[in-house]
Amino acid sequence: METKLIIILILMIAGAIHSLHARDLLSAIVSYGVVGYSLVVGFLLLKAPDLAIVQIVVETIALIIMVSVLIISTREDLAEKSTVKIKGQSYVNIRNLSFVFFALVTGVMLLYFFNIVTTGLPELGIHETRMATEYIANGVEGTGSINLVTAVVFDYRGYDTLGEATILFTAVMGILAILRLKTHKI
Amino acid sequence: MTIIVKNVTALLAGLVFLYGCYIVLHGHLTPGGGFAGGTIIAGSFILLVIANGIQYFRLKKEKEESSMFEGAGILCFLLLATGGLLLSVPVFFRNLLPGGTPGELFSAGVIPLYNIFVGIEVAAALLSIFLAFVIYKTEE
Amino acid sequence: MIPYMLCFVLFLVGLYGVLTRKNILKIIIGLCVMEYSLYLFLAMTGYIEGGAAPIIDPANRAGSVVDPLPQAIVLTAIVIGLATTALLLAIAIRLYKKYKTFDIDKINTLKG
Repeated sequence: METKLIIILILMIAGAIHSLHARDLLSAIVSYGVVGYSLVVGFLLLKAPDLAIVQIVVETIALIIMVSVLIISTREDLAEKSTVKIKGQSYVNIRNLSFVFFALVTGVMLLYFFNIVTTGLPELGIHETRMATEYIANGVEGTGSINLVTAVVFDYRGYDTLGEATILFTAVMGILAILRLKTHKI
Repeated sequence: MTIIVKNVTALLAGLVFLYGCYIVLHGHLTPGGGFAGGTIIAGSFILLVIANGIQYFRLKKEKEESSMFEGAGILCFLLLATGGLLLSVPVFFRNLLPGGTPGELFSAGVIPLYNIFVGIEVAAALLSIFLAFVIYKTEE
Repeated sequence: MIPYMLCFVLFLVGLYGVLTRKNILKIIIGLCVMEYSLYLFLAMTGYIEGGAAPIIDPANRAGSVVDPLPQAIVLTAIVIGLATTALLLAIAIRLYKKYKTFDIDKINTLKG
């Protein structure tokens, strides 16, 4: 179980890195699709079929929208220089080495802090339900829904769903306002 | 697109739409629900628009209608929640319909209604987003 | 503990993309990668070894199920993530129409 998840996560990391470094923006978007669809497999392994269904459709629509943006604009990436070239020196100079050094130190520090923060968490697979104990014990009789995720989303935590719907509405209004489509008369 | 793609899409889009409706209606019994089903319904419309090009629908009218459906969906959701507040025990999001037997299609009180409204809202929102990008492209 | 650490590494990859890329589309991709790592982390915290998916058969209730609460939270977060990504893409395409480039440095310097 843990091994499968590690393989999926390594695939996701590889896809993300390639997506950020691709020369062509279309291939960057395809590699981003690798990350999203691997996440679907991860959700299925974690026994979350609701999330898997939502994620696979959402990822597809997100990719379609991203490609439609590319069709309007351009496919070519900017000519980015990842390292600084100083005249008269090679790429291995003191400035670039210091950049790499600081990046590594920051990454290791963040990982260390993450390790400290998550020491309270139990190992993967050992989880003690606290609030959800009540939901699992009495959810079916209380709400009548045998799918507990639906019961939590629409009954116990209806406020969250209302807020989510409001955010979706606001985002659509924002998109229509930003794109400034021409109004028309019916 | 070619005629093959258009015909196959015309056959498939209805099936995809029905599958989305199934996912929405069985949200309290099987994995899925309003969010997943709404996205699948939006996907069926997006499939039609992609395959048939931008002349297939009168896109602007379509966008107006989907925006209207979005507002109607979220309004019904809010009204149902407020109805629980007013008609029975004063609790927001109160389940005011009888529960029925768990495991049957007509059960769980108002949860299937919430599923349907959220499905309409999500489908209309995602379709509006996609149509806005397509219309923006054609307006250039 | 290793899957949690790898999730955080994925988050750091997204952060690296947001901080170092000049292209707006790649910055948006970096943000989405950060979101995905969070979803996976939250879903992992609710996993129980040997538990079934959180759908209970009322006739036969034997066996444990995984925690439905993190799944419900992630379910709403996924759809919001798509909406905000589309909003960012709309902003990006408006900027492209005005400046004819995705380069954030040039967008900064061209006034007007």
